[in-house]
Amino acid sequence: MAAHLKALTALIAVLLVLPPEGGSYIQSAKRIISLVPAVTEMLYAIGAGDRVVAVSSYDQYPSQVKALPKVGALIDPNVERILSLKPDLVVIYGSQDDLRTQLARAGLGVFDYRHAGLADVTTTIRALGERTGDAAQARTLAGEIEAGLRAVRTRVQGKPRPRTLLVFGRERLALRGLYASGGVGFLNDMLEAAGGTNVFADVKLQAVQASTEQIIARRPEVILEVRATNSAFPSGDRDAELNVWKTLGSVPAVRNGRVQFVFDDRIVIPGPRVVAGTEALARTLHPDAFK
Amino acid sequence: MSLKARFAKTVVAFGAMAAAAIVLGPLVGPTTVDFRRVFDMSTPFADNPDAQIFFIARLPRTLAGATVGALFAAAGVVFQGLLRNPLATPFTLGVSTGAALGAVLAITFNWSIGIAGLSAVPVAAFAGSLMAVAIVYALAQARHRGLSTTVLLLAGVTMNAFFSAMVLFVQYFASFADTYRTLRWLMGDLDVSSYQPLLAALPTTVVALAAFAWLARPLNLLSLGPDSAESRGLDVTSAQRVAFFSASLATGAAVSIGGPIGFVGIIVPHLVRLLVGPDHRIVLPASALFGAAFLVACDVVARTIMAPVELPVGIITALIGGPFFLWLLISKR
Repeated sequence: MAAHLKALTALIAVLLVLPPEGGSYIQSAKRIISLVPAVTEMLYAIGAGDRVVAVSSYDQYPSQVKALPKVGALIDPNVERILSLKPDLVVIYGSQDDLRTQLARAGLGVFDYRHAGLADVTTTIRALGERTGDAAQARTLAGEIEAGLRAVRTRVQGKPRPRTLLVFGRERLALRGLYASGGVGFLNDMLEAAGGTNVFADVKLQAVQASTEQIIARRPEVILEVRATNSAFPSGDRDAELNVWKTLGSVPAVRNGRVQFVFDDRIVIPGPRVVAGTEALARTLHPDAFK
Repeated sequence: MSLKARFAKTVVAFGAMAAAAIVLGPLVGPTTVDFRRVFDMSTPFADNPDAQIFFIARLPRTLAGATVGALFAAAGVVFQGLLRNPLATPFTLGVSTGAALGAVLAITFNWSIGIAGLSAVPVAAFAGSLMAVAIVYALAQARHRGLSTTVLLLAGVTMNAFFSAMVLFVQYFASFADTYRTLRWLMGDLDVSSYQPLLAALPTTVVALAAFAWLARPLNLLSLGPDSAESRGLDVTSAQRVAFFSASLATGAAVSIGGPIGFVGIIVPHLVRLLVGPDHRIVLPASALFGAAFLVACDVVARTIMAPVELPVGIITALIGGPFFLWLLISKR
């Protein structure tokens, strides 16, 4: 009986010491690891950059991250490395369930992130600011991004909205294995904010494998091939890469010479630079609006 | 019934099936096409979306399905006869994983070299399959006079595992988007969007099919066992060599067109044997024709069932093939 009582007392003591639900106990994060490039950019933009101690193997921006340790990424996070760097907050992708469990077992704070729409960029920035103790700066940044996106929308308001196929991957020198933005996600939202209409707006997926038949049947007026860097199509190959579209002569974009490459990492990373990315798309779709 | 009559009857029946699939295949699709406009010669081809859908999207795709289906099915028959193992498939000896390694390298490292109007991925896939064939053959030859099918099988299965490991290793260097595209390639895709891949594979296809025609009788003899075949005057080693190389080339060509589409090479031969008996002189042509019809039909399902989204054709063949394979396994006496 006495043993039971002791155990019960111990349990109550533990419960009293444990912080309440809701996370209000979280102080500002001092050592942050980000496994998501978009969130890494957000951390730097809200002024938490000096507390980032490691990033993912895909991180390139801002340039400070190049000097930081790389601790794997989506499919290959190096848990041992992460733990040895003694972080108090780890940003992970929402699907990394095993990693989340391991980090929770180690008692580390976790910030869950998933790619979603354009509106989620600013929502994420605000939530991130709350977590890292940079709420005020995060709110300011989010407000600026929202204002910037409004400005782009205003620029292209009233312009005819071309039916656009937004391609973000395919085989070299062939129209095979072609992936385009579906009707949800940040690429679709950026295209829409930039004054275009997505030809795959009705497909509620972030990525669509676009068959030849669908491309011809949907008759896009503009085809934008977006890639993060211009090394996707080395300059010597660009004419040949444009030429592969020539076979689909009935597609208005092909007939009117409106197949365009846009090499810009700000378009494919849904971070704080989305305004610049959206503007880059808008400039391509509506050059006259920016004269 | 004489062999000639049975041959004629089977080829007509299965040929009609293949012809029907090839004619009907392009008529079906996820979008509506006005067929009067398809053949309307008064509009230039480049301004005629209906004609472009029919002649650029659907027809080459249907022909690719027919070619790949015929090659996989016939190669399956030959491999099963050569290895005297009913569970052999065109992928058993590592040819397709060799091709996969080539394709994954081309996708991951963004190769742009093309040959004969082909893009890098099919070229690299075909080269990869040739490399696999050469290695497996060299291994099977190394310590035997002639060709040991046991060593061939062991070497093939081992190389299969080795190439799979290499594919995963290369994947490690790929970006997330490339990983996704690789995975998609491995599930098979017949949307070739031009006739170029078919023309490029034509010489290999013709050579392989001609070899298959010659192989029908030797495979019948081989099914009695190499010793009996030898005593009936068959040059076993050269027959095995022809079988190995022609079926491997056929597999390599088919994989370079459509990716490693599974199960065609095993379901079709077995279904055909159930219908027409074990004589290779009939099983081989019937399997090729039925394979063509089968894969064209599977691809029609793949591109329409969830339109406008496409399912990988390999998923359809696997959904039909998996249960069939199990049934085959347990019904075997």
